[in-house]
Amino acid sequence: MTRIHEHTFDAIVVGAGGAGLMAAVYLAKQGNLRTAVLSKLYPTRSHTGTAQGGIGAALGNMGEEDHWEWHMFDTVKGSDYLGDQDAIEVMCRESPEVVYELEHMGLPFSRTEDGRIAQRRFGGHTSNFGEAPVRRACYSADRTGHMILQTLYQQSIKHDVEFFDEFQVVDLLIEDGSCRGAVALNIATGELHVFRSKALVLATGGYGQVWEITSNAVTLTGDGMFLVARRGVPLEDMEFYQFHPTGIRRMGILITEGVRGEGGILRNHDGERFMELYAPNLKDLASRDVVSRAIYKEIRAGRGINGERYVHLDATQLGAEVIENKLPEIADFCRTYLGIDPVTEPIPIQPTAHYAMGGIPTDVDGGVVGMQGESVRGLYAIGECACVSVHGANRLGTNSLVDLVVFGRRAGVAMAEYCRGADLEPAGEDPAGRAREELEDLLSTAGKDGENAAEIRREMKELMMDNVSVFRTDELLSEAKVKLEELRERADRIAIDDPSRAFNLDLTDAWETRGMVELAQITTECALNRTESRGAHSREDYPDRDDENWLKHTLAVSRNGASEIGYKPVSITRFEPKERVY
Amino acid sequence: MRVTFKVYRYQPETREDAYFDSFEFNAEPTDRVLDGLNHIKWHLDGTLTLRRSCQHGICGSDALRINGVNRLACKVLIGDVGSKIKIEPLMGFTVIKDLVVDMDRFFSHYRSVMPYFVNDEAPYDDTTKCILCAACTTSCPSAWSNPDFIGPAAIVQAHRFIFDSRDEGSEERLATLGQRDGVWRCRTVFNCTRACPKEIQITKAIGEVKKAIVADRS
Repeated sequence: MTRIHEHTFDAIVVGAGGAGLMAAVYLAKQGNLRTAVLSKLYPTRSHTGTAQGGIGAALGNMGEEDHWEWHMFDTVKGSDYLGDQDAIEVMCRESPEVVYELEHMGLPFSRTEDGRIAQRRFGGHTSNFGEAPVRRACYSADRTGHMILQTLYQQSIKHDVEFFDEFQVVDLLIEDGSCRGAVALNIATGELHVFRSKALVLATGGYGQVWEITSNAVTLTGDGMFLVARRGVPLEDMEFYQFHPTGIRRMGILITEGVRGEGGILRNHDGERFMELYAPNLKDLASRDVVSRAIYKEIRAGRGINGERYVHLDATQLGAEVIENKLPEIADFCRTYLGIDPVTEPIPIQPTAHYAMGGIPTDVDGGVVGMQGESVRGLYAIGECACVSVHGANRLGTNSLVDLVVFGRRAGVAMAEYCRGADLEPAGEDPAGRAREELEDLLSTAGKDGENAAEIRREMKELMMDNVSVFRTDELLSEAKVKLEELRERADRIAIDDPSRAFNLDLTDAWETRGMVELAQITTECALNRTESRGAHSREDYPDRDDENWLKHTLAVSRNGASEIGYKPVSITRFEPKERVY
Repeated sequence: MRVTFKVYRYQPETREDAYFDSFEFNAEPTDRVLDGLNHIKWHLDGTLTLRRSCQHGICGSDALRINGVNRLACKVLIGDVGSKIKIEPLMGFTVIKDLVVDMDRFFSHYRSVMPYFVNDEAPYDDTTKCILCAACTTSCPSAWSNPDFIGPAAIVQAHRFIFDSRDEGSEERLATLGQRDGVWRCRTVFNCTRACPKEIQITKAIGEVKKAIVADRS
């Protein structure tokens, strides 16, 4: 970290998943703007690639009527009325257009016999405002996210986007209400680079690694979220974290909702289709929060398989042809990791930490909004790290991919516009100073006695899984708060093993561990603060939704190690909150 | 079960030569080889360096030589390999540190085939599965002996577009692949097909590209 390199760009994109690449393609298309994409991974390693089942768009290709207004209603209801309806309208109106745009970029969607983009059922997606399931999810077999990621990376190459691969952003240059760039570690050399810019967009994804059982990659450590939190920007609705009902037992690997969309059924130890009790109308295709709670309740009642902490996802009635053609990756996971054949045997599953509904607060163009509703000039956020809020208290399946491409595109356009009217602002005397000090301090611990980062992560993950997951209580959350404070103190005393500069992933793992503990703390404090149950946030001591007191977003900003909490109103345009039953 | 991981090490900042380290510990037969490597990194030796991300065979980060065969460390279970597991970096690429190899040339070959849609069925379906893990290219003897050979992965990526009837960029792509270090360096050894963790019929795809080039020329 001895040499500091400097770069100047008009726009910088941090993260190269679906959202970041869509923004980059749009920035590049506007012309005459110098754009760089920084990613701690090679772009094609990004987690968008693991999305399986589909991207929701009201195309009505399957001989069924569909309308964006119905998609909007389902999203609002799915969000337990916490989603901002102005933003949800934008997303559902624009999704058919963006799906066709992806198709024109060459994305090979699965097709109907007459050549249209094929669509399948997914949880919570209905026709005529909740009447019956509708086929809305456009898909490429069960590798939809992989095809979106590949297609957008291909387009980035076509449009000459400049990439800095394996560059990890370690600080943001935010001063006086504006973002002037970022400091990144070139992983291959261990040197720091200062990137100055007029506009910067964070597209760094989620933070599922905070939990023990997760569908998220080991690299999903919430970097963008804790970086802004450290610079006084609030995080919104962090108490709302989605547990996907069907993760492979113990490993957490995602089994797409598309399995249930194609007709798969959840069964308990007695072979009962228990979702009939919890969601009489949509059954196995109820919203994810509803299904995850149902599984936990079955397990608690002793009806897990052999009394253990899992149930079965039964896809045997689908037949070999549907499984091999429409769900080949799922079949491969089952054979590789479980040694079972889903054509003939049920899949052992348990809920898995999957998706952050909360994140960095933004407007509908990705512009970051501060505690008092003020805009942070030049700073944008998109994708899972952002909170627009289109998912509210619970996200519907397929809407994450919609979110990525719709708001990635909007942010790209908005940033280009902003860059044309903005000047490059000064970045201060030693912009890399803070990051250099932090990383050098950590590097200097190499080989000394101290805390093991992996051990801190293990304890945090178990604690979050036991105390801050599907069901929450004051007691569990208060205990977690105390223990997380201890973990944060221990994280200050981490000692690493690797003293080298080049490719020191021991160093970056330790750095990420500190950030993750901070995010776990904010999540826990927000969950403790919200004394109601809504969507994915289920308080057993406050089992009802409380619109009178809690129909509002939480904003949490870190101050001296504690979260200071504020609120902002929910946008309600078309659909008045009502009771949510499936 | 008791397992011994024999792991290739190269730490250029502290030691000039490459060497092997052995780690012995308890693991479940259902653990992934990657779980074993993570165990080493997290609890036995934090200096061990490898790329990894999704941990379930989607992202392509952790292609390694496992007992001499190119596999994704996250897609092979310890019980399927045995109690003695030898881990080496992919062959034919420069090693940066331990199991991390320099992927720059791999990705520049990828970029050279116009790997994007140039202008709407299924002759290309198989090759869309590619996750750019490099297991094929680094199992190919032609690529080992000639680093300028464009390699199977780049050809797979080109195939995905050449046989997509909506695409209109194939003439240029076939010209690139028809050059000296293009598709003709392939000697149909089939190592790539065996190495592919996504079971893409790579050698077949390469053969189809060769035919397309010949048809294009005649």
